[in-house]
Amino acid sequence: MNEYMQLYTAFLRIGGLTFGGGLAMLPMLKYELVEKKNWITEEDLLDCYAIGQCTPGIIAVNTATYVGYKRKGVMGGIVATLGMITPSIVIITLVAICLQAFIENVWVQHALMGVRAVVCALMLNTVLTLAKKSLKNAFCYFVCIVAFLLAMFVPIPTVCIVIIAAVVGILVYAVGGKQV
Amino acid sequence: MNFGLMARMFWEFFKIGLFAVGGGPATLPYLMDLTEKFDWYTMEDLTNMIAISESTPGPLGLNMATYAGFHTLGTFGGVVSTLGLVIPSIIVITLIAKFLENFNENKFVQGAFAGIRPAVTALIASAVYGVCKVSLVVQTETGYAPAVKTIVLCVIVFALLQVKRLQKYHPALWLLFAVIIGIVFRF
Repeated sequence: MNEYMQLYTAFLRIGGLTFGGGLAMLPMLKYELVEKKNWITEEDLLDCYAIGQCTPGIIAVNTATYVGYKRKGVMGGIVATLGMITPSIVIITLVAICLQAFIENVWVQHALMGVRAVVCALMLNTVLTLAKKSLKNAFCYFVCIVAFLLAMFVPIPTVCIVIIAAVVGILVYAVGGKQV
Repeated sequence: MNFGLMARMFWEFFKIGLFAVGGGPATLPYLMDLTEKFDWYTMEDLTNMIAISESTPGPLGLNMATYAGFHTLGTFGGVVSTLGLVIPSIIVITLIAKFLENFNENKFVQGAFAGIRPAVTALIASAVYGVCKVSLVVQTETGYAPAVKTIVLCVIVFALLQVKRLQKYHPALWLLFAVIIGIVFRF
């Protein structure tokens, strides 16, 4: 099997067998890429994760592109990313077709109303976990509160808030010399 | 096949891929923006999308993009929106891997992300507020009323999620629990 095929199938397995992206994917990435294939070292993987978190986009996709690029250049990055997205496209399309067929059913409606309650609980929990991780000092709290007020009460595109926060961060940390 | 709509969708998801920093949950505020700009899907659909994305394999952000695309334009829409979401990643990461050896050690990059991270938390919190509003409040003939059963279940599960021993259970299991409760108590 040539290396492009190997890249594709390795990321196909990772995408198809891990639930939840981001950190949940780390053990699986380590098993496939470090232990089984010996493509990258564990240090590379952690570096790559750090880059994945400091760049826009889905962290798992960023990791796939990075590893693919390191192995086989631009085409390698593309092939690895296609492997990562194939399971999502196939599985979600099948589930969405099923849901569409049954959504009028009264029992499915009851089930979905229950699911909504738990989605709220899970998402609130995500916010709480993120807040604990990202709010480390007064500056973080300040940015977070201002961004929240902007998002809630000012009709401003989400992108603008992210760009303003980046500029403020650069001014305070890089130009102002505050320690990260 | 509606090529205009397809191009529009590709572009919108391309922008999400370019600006959503922080992975899956960071796409949520942008997906919510889309409910205001277009009539591709509703807030209720978005809640279903989150549930399905959490309980199927694959990264949350990819699953949500595929679902949103499918909901709007069928199977092909799912492919278009997902490709739109990942192409910025391919471009940005390839450039970084090629040209920027110590990208994440650069002090400007670190500074920018020190500002972005707390802001993204706020953006996700505001999107979650939107999700909760449509899920925990029902519209009646006279106005709005709290959906009591839903609120009780939400509060109970949120409290349980704070118990350390229960944190290891996968979101899919909690959603299965929700399906059973929803059917048994006729939500």
